Amino acid sequence: MEKQIIEHALSINRRKFLSRLSLGIGSVALGSLLIPDLFKGGVDEEAIMAGLPHFAPRAKRIIYLFQNGAPSQLDLFDYKPLLQKMQGEDLPASVRMGQRLTGMTADQTKFPLAGTVFQFNQYGQSRAWLSELLPHTAKVVDDICFIKTLYTEAINHDPALTFFQTGAQQGNRPSMGSWLSYGLGSENKNLPAFCVLLSKGKGNGQGVYSKLWSNGFLDSIHQGVQFSSGENPVLYLSDPASMPRDDRRKMLDKIAELNDQSYKEFGDPEIATKIQQYEMAYRMQTIVPEITDTSKEPEDTLKLYGPECLVPGTFAANCLLARKLSESGVRFVQLYHQGWDGHNNLPGEIKGQARDVDQASAGLITDLKQRGLLDETLIIWGGEFGRTNYCQGRLTKDSYGRDHHPRCFTVWMAGGGVRPGVYGETDDFGYNIAKDPVHVHDFHATVLYLMGLDHEKLTFKHQGRRYRLTDVAGKVVNGLIA
Amino acid sequence: MSFRILTILAALVISLCLVASCFHHDKSAPHSDALPDVVSYNFDIRPILSDKCYKCHGPDASHREAGLRLDIADSAYAPLKHLKGAYAIVPGKPGQSELIKRVTSTDITYMMPPPDAHLGMLTDREKKLFEKWIEQGAKYERHWAFTPPVATPAPEVSDKTWPTNEIDRFVLHRMESEGLTPNEPADKERLLKRVCLDLTGLPPSLDMMDRYMADNSANAYEKMVDSLLNTDQYGEKMAMHWLDVARYADSYGYQDDNIRTQWPWRDWVIHAFNKNMPYDQFVSWQIAGDMLPNATKETILATGFFRNHKYTEEGGVVPEEYRVEYLVDKTKTYGKGMLGVTIECAQCHDHKYDPFSQKDYYSLLAFFNNTKEVGYEGDVSVSKPAKMPKLFLDSNDRKNLLSFMYNKDTGTLSVSVMGERDTVRKTYLLKRGRYDMPGDEVQPNALPAVMPFDTVQYPRNRLGLAKWTVSRNNPLTARVFVNQLWQELFGRGIVKTSGDFGMQGELPTHPQLLDWLAVDFMDHGWNVKRLVKQIVLSSTYRQSAKATPEKLSKDPDNAFLSRGPRNRLPAEFIRDLVLSSSGLLVRTIGGPSVKPYQPEGLWEGATSGRGVLATYIQDHHDSLYRRGMYTFIKLTVPPPSMIMFDASNRDQCEVKRLKTNTPLQALIMLNDPTVLEAARVLAERLSLQRTAPNEKITEAFRRIVCRKPAEQELKTLTDYYNQQLEQFTSGKLDAGKTLAEGEYPHEKNVDVNSAAALMKLITVIYNLEESITKT
Repeated sequence: MEKQIIEHALSINRRKFLSRLSLGIGSVALGSLLIPDLFKGGVDEEAIMAGLPHFAPRAKRIIYLFQNGAPSQLDLFDYKPLLQKMQGEDLPASVRMGQRLTGMTADQTKFPLAGTVFQFNQYGQSRAWLSELLPHTAKVVDDICFIKTLYTEAINHDPALTFFQTGAQQGNRPSMGSWLSYGLGSENKNLPAFCVLLSKGKGNGQGVYSKLWSNGFLDSIHQGVQFSSGENPVLYLSDPASMPRDDRRKMLDKIAELNDQSYKEFGDPEIATKIQQYEMAYRMQTIVPEITDTSKEPEDTLKLYGPECLVPGTFAANCLLARKLSESGVRFVQLYHQGWDGHNNLPGEIKGQARDVDQASAGLITDLKQRGLLDETLIIWGGEFGRTNYCQGRLTKDSYGRDHHPRCFTVWMAGGGVRPGVYGETDDFGYNIAKDPVHVHDFHATVLYLMGLDHEKLTFKHQGRRYRLTDVAGKVVNGLIA
Repeated sequence: MSFRILTILAALVISLCLVASCFHHDKSAPHSDALPDVVSYNFDIRPILSDKCYKCHGPDASHREAGLRLDIADSAYAPLKHLKGAYAIVPGKPGQSELIKRVTSTDITYMMPPPDAHLGMLTDREKKLFEKWIEQGAKYERHWAFTPPVATPAPEVSDKTWPTNEIDRFVLHRMESEGLTPNEPADKERLLKRVCLDLTGLPPSLDMMDRYMADNSANAYEKMVDSLLNTDQYGEKMAMHWLDVARYADSYGYQDDNIRTQWPWRDWVIHAFNKNMPYDQFVSWQIAGDMLPNATKETILATGFFRNHKYTEEGGVVPEEYRVEYLVDKTKTYGKGMLGVTIECAQCHDHKYDPFSQKDYYSLLAFFNNTKEVGYEGDVSVSKPAKMPKLFLDSNDRKNLLSFMYNKDTGTLSVSVMGERDTVRKTYLLKRGRYDMPGDEVQPNALPAVMPFDTVQYPRNRLGLAKWTVSRNNPLTARVFVNQLWQELFGRGIVKTSGDFGMQGELPTHPQLLDWLAVDFMDHGWNVKRLVKQIVLSSTYRQSAKATPEKLSKDPDNAFLSRGPRNRLPAEFIRDLVLSSSGLLVRTIGGPSVKPYQPEGLWEGATSGRGVLATYIQDHHDSLYRRGMYTFIKLTVPPPSMIMFDASNRDQCEVKRLKTNTPLQALIMLNDPTVLEAARVLAERLSLQRTAPNEKITEAFRRIVCRKPAEQELKTLTDYYNQQLEQFTSGKLDAGKTLAEGEYPHEKNVDVNSAAALMKLITVIYNLEESITKT
């Protein structure tokens, strides 16, 4: 195969270009080699890129296991026995403090407290509380940092998700992965820096949208590329079945030969770039299927992720694929698992959702650890907000629904320079933050810090303004860092 | 091995950057390192002040440091509040000016900009410019873009033969001052392709090529331009850009993202360009067509412009939060698309660079705050094709007044449009931009820094805003549109930042040309076709696109226009080129958007499961072969082959597309069923012709690249064809399977081996860089 990956003989004078290379700009600082127009933004961006990374990175890569729809922290992580004691009683006004509610429960006359129906226990050295729904996560508790006190301003899915992914509730801003692609590039010249994987549970779902992995005003090379574990892992990657590889090679050689003639005539550098991009496409066709093929994984690795990891499109299969992509140098792998929006029958739905993700999430931690990659890979797990301590709809002995709750919710991180343990406290009602709040902007600032980036310096000038992931706020939370 | 390619690629990038950086180390039009004889505030000084100083010493009162403003002379010359006896600027005396002392200091507690502002230091040249400017009296000027354009006569040039019209004299004058000379004219074939793509978005047909090549009359080109301007496809081409400005889409966006009906508005845009509606009228109708004294359904339909943005149908939202969000979007779209200013920056605080206060922002927003629109009409389960206020169009309307509209269906359509309330809704400044934090009440008022809103002439409502916008004295409207049009034809605006004519925007490369064009445009009744014709007839436009190494190094961006435009086609026109060159294109204008081939599972994988767009139900027959602009845009999952070629995702108003060159684009051209089917259909048709292989190859090449192949090209292609034919004939490749692409019926009695070989050959041609490039 390697033999086939032969670049086409170009007429470009290589020595000339190579000699210019020595003129300056350390070749390492180039960032993603997939980015032919890295410096297109001009001098401003060039200056920004020259100082990267800003400090020694703790993590090199991120795998973000986004739990789309907002999992209930009260049924998974944030144990509040008081709610069980006060089951059915009205949420005291002194706790609610008139904070705004969504239109779905704003008209309720009562806000009956609903304690979880699930058993909680403490685990590991950190004695972190976890519900019985997460038995596998319980086994790796000491690798995890549970942040109990994330909060956001958004109360609806779309703006809240968009906020988590882009640092703004509205507006076509670049996604977190795009910022990292822009700032750090890819470690693998044949793969995009930012890959996206989707899966769905059976619970009440909220859609995802490609704007979540959009490059916004950054160059579109930084947009998330959707991967899947099926037969066609990347859009348009597969050649027609009737076309053998050597036949594709011959075709590309002809295309290159003709493009080269055109380059000689017009001297437009875009033509030279085009020739290179076709070569890159050819290499992607070879390499991507090798990476996305999980069938050759050893039995004990598959066991870590659970039986579903061989079913394409499941969260477990995506976790395994995420490990392979990350291991191959993809800077940011973004997963979304839909189905956590438990407005009613939450206890019933959350069981299935937790089953979908528990083993594979824990398996990913263990797998990376065994490979010695956990130290340099940051895993993030969480949704766009939390869920209320009071019941939406009818409260019965074994069922309840929970509305959106932005004031406090749990997100966990593992690996990549994170200090394991429990960070922050909520009040006894699980309604407000008692200690150490972490705003979404702080979370972004911290994640960028772990990747060696100063969130105030990673900027891009667009429409006259220098934008950043953290907009105009955010501070690094030192307590989260090992 | 592969590393070598990348190294070369990297080196290429770097070498270009190095070349570029020699030229573009500040934001004004490129110039040499020498200081100008007279330092201009507008061109040399304000860009530095704006970029490096205004953040803390500019228009935004709430973030102003030391009480110092550097954007107005009085404040800059005044005694400093915090440093007795010192002045930021002492005209004529750089040595006594605190500004000079600080920008040249290296003491981190004293220097400006301060290190923690992350703005970097001034370059030596910038420092010298400041010194010279202060030495020369530190004269402030009004921002060029906020001063009405004045037409100066086109300058004299030394080469009298080259210019065709005034445009060329402005352009040549600048070229001569930069030591550049124009390219020779483009060859006839390439010029024809260029102008066809620019005026219709479609390549010329074989017949057009033959006719044009045979026409040796002096005005052959002008005749061609006139006939292109009179095709229906001209309106489609012109509408494409406006659909980006207007963030047109076929769904509501946000998470459930259900279907909506805004396409009648899109069809009106096409119609307006085709009948050459004057731009002032075009804009007025879209702003206030419902409020005109003689409003008709057509003028009301035009206001759909302000209803194209996203609408939430998510259960449980706070309606007022979204009603305000919609106003914010309308205001931004108006500001960026029609005025070319970043007014949205003043939503939460005073603008940091431009003279727009937060009060100005809400006073502008107030014009849009009086419609019957509400923030929330219910969730996706009660979703309707339009949201109030609505315009209803029955089949009678469509037969009579709106006869331009696609009229296949007989039912009544509803479209979201603008409509005023009977009583005036009060507007408040929203503190920190928050919908639930109203401050002082404001009155509708257009941006005073741009042009005063004369309430004697203009009512304080959208109709007044429309009149203000298209006033002869408005300094922005004509300039901004002329610039957008220039950008669409040349690939780069005279003002490169076409969405920002403010302090942070780039300066025009040809300020006098821009003003001359804007004034001439207004003087001639805002006549768009006339303007287009004027530009494409210029010698500037008709130059060859060849770039010599010398020109590339002197002017890599072609800012001085010493060569013709050479740009990759926009996403939609790539599709159009593939369909039209293969003969598949269905030329129906307008109507509901269509769903051609798309990779499986994209909508399904990202949906909440609610609404009618949860699954992608692909269309068939004619609907597979419509122009790219009619491909259905579901906001949350826009068509991937378009997005990868840098189409707007229509989430927000966009005035300029990015241009990238990526491996994913290569994969689309190689494997998209649309391209493969087109290659197959054209191959089958050609293989039925009783012509020799090299004639078939030549015809395919002409249809796609729009010129005759050179001898060497024909040889390369013929070799490939023969090799492929041998592979198919010998059974090494499977002709039947190769030809099994697309739903279009196969031709009968086709020799499958030669058809398959031709199909592969045509795929090669589709993948040539020149094919999808305006050359």
